[in-house]
Amino acid sequence: MDRVKFSALGDQALVIDFGNVIDEKINDQVIALFNYINSNHFPGFIEAVPAYASLTVFYDALYISHHIQIESSVLSWVENELMKMMPKSEIKKETESRLIEIPVCYDDEYAPDLRWVAEIKGITAEEVVQSHTAKTYRVYMMGFLPGFAYMGEVNDNIDVPRKTNPRIKIEAGSVGIAGRQTGIYPIASPGGWQIIGRTALRLFDPRKTEQSVFQSGDRVRFYPISQETYLAQLNGYT
Amino acid sequence: MSIQIMKSGIQDTIQDRGRVGYRHLGINKSGVMDNYAFKVVNMLVGNKLNDAIIEMHFPAPTILFERETLIALTGADFSATINGEEIPLNHPILVCKNSILQFQKKMNGTVCYLAVRGGFNVSKWLKSKSTNLKIVYGGYHGRALKKGDVIKVKATSKLSREVCEKDFVVLPWQTEIFYNRNENKEIHVLKGPEWDYLSEESKKDFMINLYSILPSSDRMGYRLSGPTLVSKSENEIISSAVCFGTIQLLPDGQLIVLMADHQTTGGYPRIAQIVSTNLSKIAQKGSRDKIQFTLVDQMVAEEMLIKQDRHLVQLQNACSFKLEEYFNGK
Repeated sequence: MDRVKFSALGDQALVIDFGNVIDEKINDQVIALFNYINSNHFPGFIEAVPAYASLTVFYDALYISHHIQIESSVLSWVENELMKMMPKSEIKKETESRLIEIPVCYDDEYAPDLRWVAEIKGITAEEVVQSHTAKTYRVYMMGFLPGFAYMGEVNDNIDVPRKTNPRIKIEAGSVGIAGRQTGIYPIASPGGWQIIGRTALRLFDPRKTEQSVFQSGDRVRFYPISQETYLAQLNGYT
Repeated sequence: MSIQIMKSGIQDTIQDRGRVGYRHLGINKSGVMDNYAFKVVNMLVGNKLNDAIIEMHFPAPTILFERETLIALTGADFSATINGEEIPLNHPILVCKNSILQFQKKMNGTVCYLAVRGGFNVSKWLKSKSTNLKIVYGGYHGRALKKGDVIKVKATSKLSREVCEKDFVVLPWQTEIFYNRNENKEIHVLKGPEWDYLSEESKKDFMINLYSILPSSDRMGYRLSGPTLVSKSENEIISSAVCFGTIQLLPDGQLIVLMADHQTTGGYPRIAQIVSTNLSKIAQKGSRDKIQFTLVDQMVAEEMLIKQDRHLVQLQNACSFKLEEYFNGK
């Protein structure tokens, strides 16, 4: 924990930085503290946002200044509260996190960049699919769009850079790769990730009680399906 | 009671303070751009401070009030008229049934707020009535208002002293006019988590130079044009949370200020953060306006927030007292 750094993000939020790297152990600490804070609010707590290696905590500075005797700044009081919490947060065992399986159709029609990825990496399209479906990924963080999960890390043999010119529109359900990350666009959006497939699962639905299929800390596996199955699922889900 | 949009503006949305508590799922907060004008407009008509209002940009809409109602406008001055006659900002105004509100010309500011006594009655999603344009949900069908839309107003205790014989009555008190966009360029900021990524020279450049707001700016963010700043470290960070008012350094050395519809996370260095009390000020600036950043420390920013809050509490008390006195003759 000695690498932990606190910095203000304005007058009503602070960032706890656990080390500027993408690492499962560090992400475990972030998610553990996120879970702990959510069930042990300090007065004035608003919400916390876990990211790869940082947890940002939003607080109500007015509430705190009205209800608590503060010696210096509200920020340092919040910092102190968080310091007290940090040793108490416990990291879940991997088996305690959810495993979510995602059916993906990797057919050309839904995978505009699959052949390009194969070509640049000197492998076949089938090998790209094999590689993508071989691993269990971790949801490191949510962000960018409602329900968008940043997952990682993909095998070296399919690690490709983002597109130089982002696409104006990527269809909802598109599965992409960006460096060591993989992710799915929950809604149609502009974007720069290399698209290698599509799922019929609806990953974000504002009408549901659980709007997002994913949350930070989940484990995710992809499995290939035929176009026929994809279309059947699409009709079933919409 | 309801109002009707007779002609749409460029982007009129139902907003409140925004959706709180869902950023961890990537759900952005949305909400008003100018939180100060939003609170004041609700106070003027005796609403709760978080009641839903209409946020308008210019060109603004034409609105029909089907019944007699108490309204107020705050924020940007778009030369509002009722049935062709000018009406002022920052006053409660009693309008008669079948009155038409129009906006003639953009004089000052960027976002104007319309409150109707009772507040707009759209369904809440995740505890908020704000419109989320990105996922087309929340507010009024998740979108900007269009011609023909009818928006319900919550029923509330009737204010009945005045019989509305004229087109409208401007009640004889006003809240102060807070904005003067041409004279006040100063925006107070705190150092951001990646402030020290900037070279010493770039730190100076950031503070002494004027920045102008580019025309491509919107509810998501304001692009700035100014001196090119240099990062001593990487051009990108591992994605982390951002918020309203975060100033990010883009790879080309220019800056972007994240506004009300910002994403929840970002990968560019967060070199500075606008203090809460100055978010309204930047929200009212627009294309080609100039701003200058002044660095303050944490205690100063917190004191500014407490002071502004105290002022708002006094204003709210005064507004309810005046309304009570006017309508109930106390």
